[in-house]
Amino acid sequence: MKFQRIKAVAKKEFLHVLRDPRSLVLGFAIPMLLLFMFGYALTLDVDRVPFIAWDQSSTAESRDFLSRFTGSRYFSLAGSTDNYRDIERAIDERRALMALVIPPDFGRRVGSGRPAKAQLLVDGSDSNTATIALGYAEFIVSTYSQKVALEEFRRSGGGTPKPPLVVEPRVWFNADMLSRNAIVPGLIAVIMMVIAALLTSLTVAREWETGTMEQLVSTPLKGPELIVGKLVPYFCIGMIDLGLSLLVGRYVFGVPFRGDRPLLLFLSIIFLLVALSLGMLISIAGKSQFVASQFAMVATMLPAFLLSGFVFPIENMPVVIQWATHLIPARYFVTILRGIYLKGVGLEVLWREALLLAAFGGVFFMLAVRKFRKKIVSD
Amino acid sequence: MILMETVKDDGAYGVATTGVFRTPGMWYSLKAYTFAIEAGNLMQTSTNSEFAVTLTDLTRKFDGFVAVNHISLDVRKGEIFGFLGPNGAGKSTTIRMLCGILEPSGGSGTVAGFDIVREPEEIKKNIGYMSQKFSLYEDLTVEENIDFYSGIYRIPAERKNTRKEWVIDMAGLAEHRKSRTSTLSVGWKQRLALGCAILHEPPIVFLDEPTSGVDPISRRNFWDLIYHLAEEGVTVFVTTHYMEEAEYCDRLGLIYRGELVAMGTPLELKTRFMAEEVVEVVCDRPQDAMEHVEKLPGVRHAALFGRGLHVVAEDAETAIPAFVETLSAKGFVDVRAEKIMPSLEDVFVSLIEARDRQVAA
Repeated sequence: MKFQRIKAVAKKEFLHVLRDPRSLVLGFAIPMLLLFMFGYALTLDVDRVPFIAWDQSSTAESRDFLSRFTGSRYFSLAGSTDNYRDIERAIDERRALMALVIPPDFGRRVGSGRPAKAQLLVDGSDSNTATIALGYAEFIVSTYSQKVALEEFRRSGGGTPKPPLVVEPRVWFNADMLSRNAIVPGLIAVIMMVIAALLTSLTVAREWETGTMEQLVSTPLKGPELIVGKLVPYFCIGMIDLGLSLLVGRYVFGVPFRGDRPLLLFLSIIFLLVALSLGMLISIAGKSQFVASQFAMVATMLPAFLLSGFVFPIENMPVVIQWATHLIPARYFVTILRGIYLKGVGLEVLWREALLLAAFGGVFFMLAVRKFRKKIVSD
Repeated sequence: MILMETVKDDGAYGVATTGVFRTPGMWYSLKAYTFAIEAGNLMQTSTNSEFAVTLTDLTRKFDGFVAVNHISLDVRKGEIFGFLGPNGAGKSTTIRMLCGILEPSGGSGTVAGFDIVREPEEIKKNIGYMSQKFSLYEDLTVEENIDFYSGIYRIPAERKNTRKEWVIDMAGLAEHRKSRTSTLSVGWKQRLALGCAILHEPPIVFLDEPTSGVDPISRRNFWDLIYHLAEEGVTVFVTTHYMEEAEYCDRLGLIYRGELVAMGTPLELKTRFMAEEVVEVVCDRPQDAMEHVEKLPGVRHAALFGRGLHVVAEDAETAIPAFVETLSAKGFVDVRAEKIMPSLEDVFVSLIEARDRQVAA
């Protein structure tokens, strides 16, 4: 490999990028759009679930019970009613996702220490939210029962109340349980994968299409020189995207950063090289810009979104799919990003992911070099 | 007829000066000589060959279709060798195989002494190639394209500027050096492409239809550049489908349907390769005369040419009196007929028709 040739290729590739508004949009505008779109919109937190109440009991006990819901930040009272028709309509019109029906004997039963029932109707059409809302509701109900049980115990003259078993949960690494804190680091992996692979997937294919490659392959330029030279500008774009993503993550979304910055930079470079080499391989194998870009989309975007664990937890997937995720480089980088970002761990924990990424990069690059032939294949 | 040509070489091949005598039929003997070399020394090197290009039975098939069919030829150093043929005859396919960018299906060959199958990368150091389609970067300026190829050919820093100025000067692009290549006219683009292909001063250049789509004046300018290169000892292998351009070449290969149908100097082709003879008939109303002439025995075909007719006949001796007699009898006045030297086009058409008859039979 000769430095002079790599430099010449890198320089002209920079000029292509600078003079092609499309690649600038693809390189900078799309990543930011993705970051803001997903950073704001893709939240898995359930907050202030609107619910409608039908208090048939209208007693001190039932009002106390109801206030546990209205006073929680997870629920907000969207109205009261005295019939099921209203409840149904409210859920149909999505004014409420949940309805709480307290039966007439509620106050009496609670007051006399007998088991009481309340009805919770949940809109199951959004199963994810429904499950989470149910979880919150169960938590409220169980705290309420504990309180009732304690009072009962005291009233029955049992002396000093024996404190029941109390579990005090404590969430580490993402104490606020904000899904955004987990999503933004994962999103950086997706963005870098998609942008790097998409941009590079066009570059070799374009030269075959326009005919400039025919001239290039008749020169002493070597395959690896061409590939490395072509990667340089896209590497720079990728690094700028990384920097922008980190800044937006920190200052717009307020995601805490606990880890080692140089380590993150180092591993990001490795991951970026993986993505760029994959894009290059696709571009060389695809030969036409259309085929290459379509393939790059399917080969990078979908797996990075669905199988990297960035949104959907890998542990919840069927076993076969779980195996398949091991072939997705983004998966390892999502783990690395979350580890460094949220847990502040270092290579002592992440070395396996780092090595695998390096191996992926090496394999993709070698395949790209092998696949690139200085020959015209067909007319 | 003996032509003398001096081939100078600046040492890229290791040969100082050689004199080559050319006589009609010479290439046959030269060819025999090449075979002898190949048989005696398979590992022949560039240093002791007087040929820039040698080909033996070069063949290329595409999905059963034979694009290049057993072509054998040799091109001497310093020669302008023209590859003449209609579109789709296999000219580009041949030139690509010579440049090491297309794998031959069969046969062998050397360029600058290097094997086209085994040593394509060595060939690429010694050639300049200009493909049929403009293949520089349209979004880059003239200078940026030159700088790019300077880097690719690793022109040393101290020569870089000299070469760049030389190309800009040669192509007449001084005013356009900062212009995007996309804004240039076709003629300018072609000259820039030639410039970029010879930045590294290769001893051999391959030009694939360099002047297609170029206006006649630009075309003439381009040929001046080719002559200039040849004067400096560069071997030029050029394809064309323009007959008048073929006349500018030292030697020509006629290619048709993937086969080499004739080879020689333009003069040889016109004097030796045509089975028939060409008679020029001058009279009034040549268009009407054509009908009568074509009906005569021994006449292959007739075509309007200037103010008269060019008639291809089996034998001029018998045809000339027949033309004069018949046309005069039909009332044409001032009828004159004489045997002339056929144009390259006549030769080419005659050879192609002969080949088609052969195929049909």
